[in-house]
Amino acid sequence: MKDFYLVYKNLTRKKLRLFLTCFAIFIAFLIFGAVTALQGALNSGVEMSADNRLVVFNKINFTQPLPYAYVNKVRSIDGVEHVTHANWFGGYYQEPANQIVTMAVAPESYFEVYEELVVDPQQKASWLANQAGVLVGERLAKVNNWQIGDRIPISSSIFSHKDGGQTWDLVVEGIFTANDPQIDTGYMVFHYKYFMETQSWGGDYVGWIVLTTEDPALNEQVAKAIDENFANSQAETDTDTEKAFNKAFIEQIGNIGLIIFGVVFMAFFTILVLVGNTMVLAVRERTNEIAVLKTLGFSSPRIFRMILTESCLLSFLGGLLGIGAAFLVVRFLSEMMARFLPNLVLGSDILLQALGYMLLLGLITGIVPAVNALRLNIISAFARG
Amino acid sequence: MNQDNLFELNKVSKRFTKGKETISIFDNLDMQIKRGDFLAIMGPSGSGKTTLLNLLGGVDQPTSGEVWFDGSRIDSLSESQLAKWRANNIGFIFQFYNLMPMLNAAKNVELPLLLTNLSAKERQQRVDTALQLVGLADRAKHMPAEMSGGQLQRVAIARAVVSDPKLLLCDEPTGDLDRRTADEILEMLQLLNREFGKTILMVTHDPAAAKYATHTLHLDKGQFVREGGVPAEEVSL
Ligand SMILES: Nc1ncnc2c1ncn2[C@@H]1O[C@H](COP(=O)(O)OP(=O)(O)OP(=O)(O)O)[C@@H](O)[C@H]1O
Ligand SMILES: [Mg+2]
Repeated sequence: MKDFYLVYKNLTRKKLRLFLTCFAIFIAFLIFGAVTALQGALNSGVEMSADNRLVVFNKINFTQPLPYAYVNKVRSIDGVEHVTHANWFGGYYQEPANQIVTMAVAPESYFEVYEELVVDPQQKASWLANQAGVLVGERLAKVNNWQIGDRIPISSSIFSHKDGGQTWDLVVEGIFTANDPQIDTGYMVFHYKYFMETQSWGGDYVGWIVLTTEDPALNEQVAKAIDENFANSQAETDTDTEKAFNKAFIEQIGNIGLIIFGVVFMAFFTILVLVGNTMVLAVRERTNEIAVLKTLGFSSPRIFRMILTESCLLSFLGGLLGIGAAFLVVRFLSEMMARFLPNLVLGSDILLQALGYMLLLGLITGIVPAVNALRLNIISAFARG
Repeated sequence: MNQDNLFELNKVSKRFTKGKETISIFDNLDMQIKRGDFLAIMGPSGSGKTTLLNLLGGVDQPTSGEVWFDGSRIDSLSESQLAKWRANNIGFIFQFYNLMPMLNAAKNVELPLLLTNLSAKERQQRVDTALQLVGLADRAKHMPAEMSGGQLQRVAIARAVVSDPKLLLCDEPTGDLDRRTADEILEMLQLLNREFGKTILMVTHDPAAAKYATHTLHLDKGQFVREGGVPAEEVSL
């Protein structure tokens, strides 16, 4: 494009203005990139949840237990495929700040229900054989640098060991992975029976029940059957798809989707008005020059294109810098918060989306001055200037 | 159309309408410009000199009448056709130079060549030649803000001739310059006319400037008149 030099010179003729508008766009895309990555991380649990998996909680709230007998009752309901259960342990390693997501689970059925988890058969066998054994998720093992055979003392912030203290000595018998890198493996599981026998209160209750249905189409029917089955009993249940539960859980933190939309929308709207205004003024200042170009024989559509190119160039300049900065920020945060927010990444999907918005921003902020220039009449422009 | 003529205006009228008022600038104006002429146009302010230049330069269109250029009519061309026609045939020189402030002299001179198919190298050669012609070869990299009025006008002349147009239209090219600089510019136009065969039409208020031209026409109230203000039956050149 022979006119590119001209476009470039027009864009850079006022350095301070270029810097300020660029900076505004930079901020908008920094916010967009970081916030969208954050949203993606929060939503990945929802996206990754299986379609036919249901969770059964105590109706009062999800921290209240359910009687162990419910597990078999759920198993007998029509349409149910596999059933397992889990208890929250509330673990930490060495110091309370170092939280370890630990659950006491039914060892055999857990991996039937969570089919996406992969564990070496030999490791699984030795875990099943060792009551004090624990299977550690790959990410968690990596974060703490745990190897198979390691003896790890895990303390509970909720339960006490019947031998005194709050610490359980567990042995890493295996490391499980997942068949999709998006699936979080930042937790570990140990034996339900061992947990119940060694904690001071004893009892036979489970934290929650997880099951798969034979077909996602049966989800609603099965959920209804379960809840009706336990209606008016000592512990009423609330059964929901895993997806719905994860989503509801996230929404407890606040309606994140809406907040994020609001923040991004406001940032973009402000920048749109600011940059759009600046572009209009910048081009208006050039009325005389545009009239000269037209007189020399530059066609109106060509000048129209030049101005749109300029506004897009500005948008991509600020936008790419902004998304680049967002990438660095997200990478930094993901290292810091690997524990709480796995899957915090600024991936190619966000980048593509951002590129689309850059183009859109460029076109919208350029369209008014470009049309003004297109319509500019040589004679009246000279008469004015 | 007479082969000797580069331009012919046949019964050209130009009216401006503003709201309910209509001002008539030209009414059935006839005019011929011979190839190779250096024509000066003088006349009081508001007499229609700039309007005439705009009509000849294809920047404005007549309300009625015909404008012939080199054997074809330009008054019926579309806006985009006119733009192309201007790029191919006309060099413009303005009173206030009208250079792009963010481009250096060479880049300013190159502008009309961006409308051609010439390669970057050919464009560069032409720019160099044009700048040499106006005696500014050593100022190619200078920005407009770093140059004097006379130098700016010489850059503008280089820009006007770089694509080798047949006709140069100059609206008060020395109106902003002192006597000595004005004479330099006028000598340059004369050179372009004599040595390079450019047909030139120059609007000026300055009788001394008009002396450089081969002919002078006086315009008053939309009519060509004899010097002194008497209406001319027919303008003979
Ligand atoms: N676009 C326009 N709309 C309305 N009237 C116009 C327009 N352009 C020119 N005129 C009028 O036409 C008349 C001739 O104007 P023009 O600019 O051709 O004069 P001029 O001879 O060049 O004067 P000057 O010596 O001051 O430059 C003036 O009365 C002017 O007000
Ligand atoms: Mg004038």
